[in-house]
Amino acid sequence: MPGVTHVQSTLNGEVINFLCEPRQSLLEVLRDVLGMTGTKEGCNDGNCGACTIILDGRIVDSCLVLGVEAEGREMMTIEGMASAEGLHPLQQSFLENAALQCGICTPGFLLASKSLLDQEPDADEGRIRHWLAGNLCRCTGYDKIIRAVMQVSTAK
Amino acid sequence: MEPFDFVSPTTIEEAVKTLASAGDQARILAGGTDLLVQMRAGRRTAPLVVDIKGIPELNVLSYDASKGLTLGAAVPCYKIYEDETVAKVYPGLIDAAFLIGGIQIQGRASIGGNICNAAPSGDAIPAVIALRGVCNVAGPNGTREILCEDFCTAPGQNALKNGEILVSISIPAPQANSGANYLRFIPRNEMDIAVVGVGTSVQLDASGQNFVSARIALASVAPTPVFATEAGDSLAGKAVSEEAIQQASELAMAAAKPISDMRGTIRQRIHLIGVFTRRTLNIAIERARGG
Ligand SMILES: Cc1cc2nc3c(=O)[nH]c(=O)nc-3n(C[C@H](O)[C@H](O)[C@H](O)COP(=O)(O)OP(=O)(O)OC[C@H]3O[C@@H](n4cnc5c(N)ncnc54)[C@H](O)[C@@H]3O)c2cc1C
Ligand code: FES
Ligand code: FES
Repeated sequence: MPGVTHVQSTLNGEVINFLCEPRQSLLEVLRDVLGMTGTKEGCNDGNCGACTIILDGRIVDSCLVLGVEAEGREMMTIEGMASAEGLHPLQQSFLENAALQCGICTPGFLLASKSLLDQEPDADEGRIRHWLAGNLCRCTGYDKIIRAVMQVSTAK
Repeated sequence: MEPFDFVSPTTIEEAVKTLASAGDQARILAGGTDLLVQMRAGRRTAPLVVDIKGIPELNVLSYDASKGLTLGAAVPCYKIYEDETVAKVYPGLIDAAFLIGGIQIQGRASIGGNICNAAPSGDAIPAVIALRGVCNVAGPNGTREILCEDFCTAPGQNALKNGEILVSISIPAPQANSGANYLRFIPRNEMDIAVVGVGTSVQLDASGQNFVSARIALASVAPTPVFATEAGDSLAGKAVSEEAIQQASELAMAAAKPISDMRGTIRQRIHLIGVFTRRTLNIAIERARGG
């Protein structure tokens, strides 16, 4: 019977150690082992983006990563997005633009939007819509989300 | 998912040894965007998962004007389209890498995984066939090369034997006056599986007015990706004209043997192969002319 593995990685800037079984996804590890429930489960098969995290600087669906694959890698989850000074500008903009209703998709949209604007601060509407195609929202109809991201983008 | 053991070898030798002794009990993990979905759904079981992303040869991405492109089997799509040289020299490959899944999927999904998964709808496969891609394989008996068009043998089945892994894909440097393109038809803008897909490459003469050669490959119209040789060969030596392109598209339609399913009917798919063959040829021609 396969046992548990010890994994060391960095989560939101802190070195962490955890034990997990190889069959556990990184999403399961984050939520069930580490108690970091900000990362959400929607489809569990890579289609909805609710489980989006930033892994070594790139967004991935954490439901399609194994927990053991986090060894030696850097992860950022929604819990790491606000700072001591307050909300991240994207979080503030989502609030101001009413870009969320039930909120299940929101952590994924925020991290995906952050990774885009970190790389391309001047992303325009077309680019934002394309980048966010891997994130689904059942509530807002998307326009408010796109508007919230556009407000933070420097594109005019 | 069912419990399994996990190993991450760091050399080809170690991976091959592990795979050869585990036989059909082992599964290779690249980006996991096919494998983990299939394992979770119970469609694949594997007591042993072998992560091959730690092997240097599988992470190579290098272009050399004489040797062409060496694309490590585990290189994720985003690294391919964010590489300026590769993007410039192989736009026909980028077309496919840029439309596999969304940005999250492209952060993990590899072209090697797309080819090994051997789905009839795999978007990278026709693009790589059109570009004369060769699969470099390592196994217990050494290394061998398999042409990409010979690699997929049935839905979800490939030509790899026990203990073999796909190490990399080689794509020759483009000939002078050549161009390539891959397009697919989906009912949405993003994040869907090809109803049909067509990859083409053309080489023109120096005047840009005549075909020297052409290759056409099709997705989602047979149990495996289709290399439509007659359609491509029909263009060799002909003047670039609507008539020649029309004729090639009809031969591509004849090579398509689709089924009807929830994504499309036989008639619709064959019709779309004609439309998309003409469209991709025109884009490939434009690219060959430097446009
Ligand atoms: C939401 C979503 C959207 C998708 N959209 C598309 C799409 O638009 N177009 C498309 O074509 N596909 C799509 N896919 C499928 C998948 O992302 C691609 O096929 C991807 O390229 C697979 O690569 P991977 O590295 O994730 O492979 P993995 O899942 O790691 O592996 C795939 C298969 O190949 C085997 N394998 C992997 N590497 C090797 C190797 N080096 N040697 C031998 N065997 C190996 C594995 O054992 C497994 O059977 C999508 C998947 C999801 C979840
Ligand atoms: S839960 Fe991971 S993509 Fe939906
Ligand atoms: S706010 Fe409910 S799914 Fe997006």
